[in-house]
Amino acid sequence: MRLSFEAVSYSYEGAAAEKKRARSKREARRADWGNAPDALWALRDVTFAVEPGEFLGIAGHTGSGKSTLIQHMNGLVHPTEGRVLADGRDLVEKGVAHEVRQQVGLVFQYPENQLFANTVYDDVAFGPRNMKLAEEEVDRRVREGLALVGLSFDELRDRSPFDLSGGQQRRVAFAGVLAMEPEVLVLDEPVAGLDPLSREEFLGLIRDLHGGGRTVVMVSHSMEDLAALSDRILVLSEGRVFALGTPAEVFADAAALKAVGLGAPAPEAFAGELRAAGFALPRALYDERTLAADIAAQLGCVRAEEPSHG
Amino acid sequence: MEETFVQFADAGFTYDGERFVFRHLDLTVPQGQFLCLLGGNGSGKSTLAKHINALLVPDEGSVRTFGADTRDADQTFFIRSNAGLVFQNPDDQLVASLIENDVAFGPENLGVPNPELRERVTSALAEVGLQGFEAHETNALSGGQKQRVAIAGVLAMDPAILILDEATAMLDPRGRAGLLRVVRELHGAGMTIVMITHYMEEAAQAERVVVLDGGQVRMDGAPGEVLTRADELRALSLEVPFACRLSLELQKRGVPVPTCITDDALKEELCALASKR
Repeated sequence: MRLSFEAVSYSYEGAAAEKKRARSKREARRADWGNAPDALWALRDVTFAVEPGEFLGIAGHTGSGKSTLIQHMNGLVHPTEGRVLADGRDLVEKGVAHEVRQQVGLVFQYPENQLFANTVYDDVAFGPRNMKLAEEEVDRRVREGLALVGLSFDELRDRSPFDLSGGQQRRVAFAGVLAMEPEVLVLDEPVAGLDPLSREEFLGLIRDLHGGGRTVVMVSHSMEDLAALSDRILVLSEGRVFALGTPAEVFADAAALKAVGLGAPAPEAFAGELRAAGFALPRALYDERTLAADIAAQLGCVRAEEPSHG
Repeated sequence: MEETFVQFADAGFTYDGERFVFRHLDLTVPQGQFLCLLGGNGSGKSTLAKHINALLVPDEGSVRTFGADTRDADQTFFIRSNAGLVFQNPDDQLVASLIENDVAFGPENLGVPNPELRERVTSALAEVGLQGFEAHETNALSGGQKQRVAIAGVLAMDPAILILDEATAMLDPRGRAGLLRVVRELHGAGMTIVMITHYMEEAAQAERVVVLDGGQVRMDGAPGEVLTRADELRALSLEVPFACRLSLELQKRGVPVPTCITDDALKEELCALASKR
């Protein structure tokens, strides 16, 4: 599925009047910044598309509009101006958002706070049951959802989700979204609050889900995670698209990123500092290994090539 | 002489009467120290932090804060008014709609009269870099600013120790950097700090790092000593700071650098090497 944003603007104040306007044609209309104080607009003239199968990272400082943006992706929120299209169909049209909501799975921040059922099984089954699927199909999906997040169906099905550890709870919450078999997975800060090891495991899981053919949209404050996983990164600032491109393109201008409250990933930021100190580091985007290799080469150290693992 | 501010002596705690979060735990925090507590999810860090200001009390052994037994109900008020705790989620901690009312909430409850109350609010806001924000609304602040208001609310109570339980976890990089700068300044001015975090780069700024696992102290020492032990930290669900990871990669490639824990230290080492060539 291709999700395209066309000149989307969103104002909290406009949300009240939105229902009335939703029925009118909106293609030709654009937000009139002159009539409204800027601060009231959470999104301003945002145009881009989530391409099928891609891994799109979204970065931006607190309050830049990231969460509002992703809530537009399954019609939870509708634009005040502009439109969001799913394969060409406007999400504001009757029934379209309902349909798209089953194909675009949204995982909020700290999703474990939304667990509610008495058993892990019932919690994961909630979405599929809501889709009015037959009980056998629900069962198949619960099993598959739990398997995808690396939890044991037999051990956990009858446990209360509230007796599980925080990391396991988050996996259960993920499984609930995966059980709806969404084509597009939208994740808001999926690893916030996890310890480094769980973070790595979770990112591995997300990488696998993308590898399995799903489109993934991930909001993150970690530039390292975005650089490592994303095909493209969208940077928001004050509700506008500040940059959109490959990690190498987006992180090329460290000074510009800093101006919008973000930094480059740690290796790239450190490479920048060394460049300023006179080192010649030619790559567009460094990770730890490539940076170590180039520094070693620059210093004329003997083993300049990548050492073998063992 | 340096006073002991916090003392866990053979302390044990269980939520359900069966599984102990920690047991036989010994830990002391001297006055003026900047201590960072690390540990994986479920290692007992937050439970430990809540013992310092008597939000929780031990089932076994004892916890003393400023020498007072936390189980002694007569001391609870004294302990809580001197040990301030800041939590992870800024939205859970603000109680008033105007910043000055929020910051005044704690000291007002302690019975601090005006005009001292007003002075405390003004100076607490200045300490967190929000001077002049008294009449602003709390809901219009960014996450980082909200956390700073939460800290100001604690500072206005004039505490002797500040405990931060993953207070930077929900902030963006700029918010995190700002909060850490405030914490370092407070420590510079003599405040005792206990900070819980998952960010190793933040731990590198502390004076002492304690690593918990299964409710036990597994590592305890200066950041340079603890944060460089990559294999041990990994086994405890943690990682080493970026500068340390890069140092290790460089060493593998024959670059003669020590294992550094901060970017600045590593950059200095590399520049020294480059100038020798």
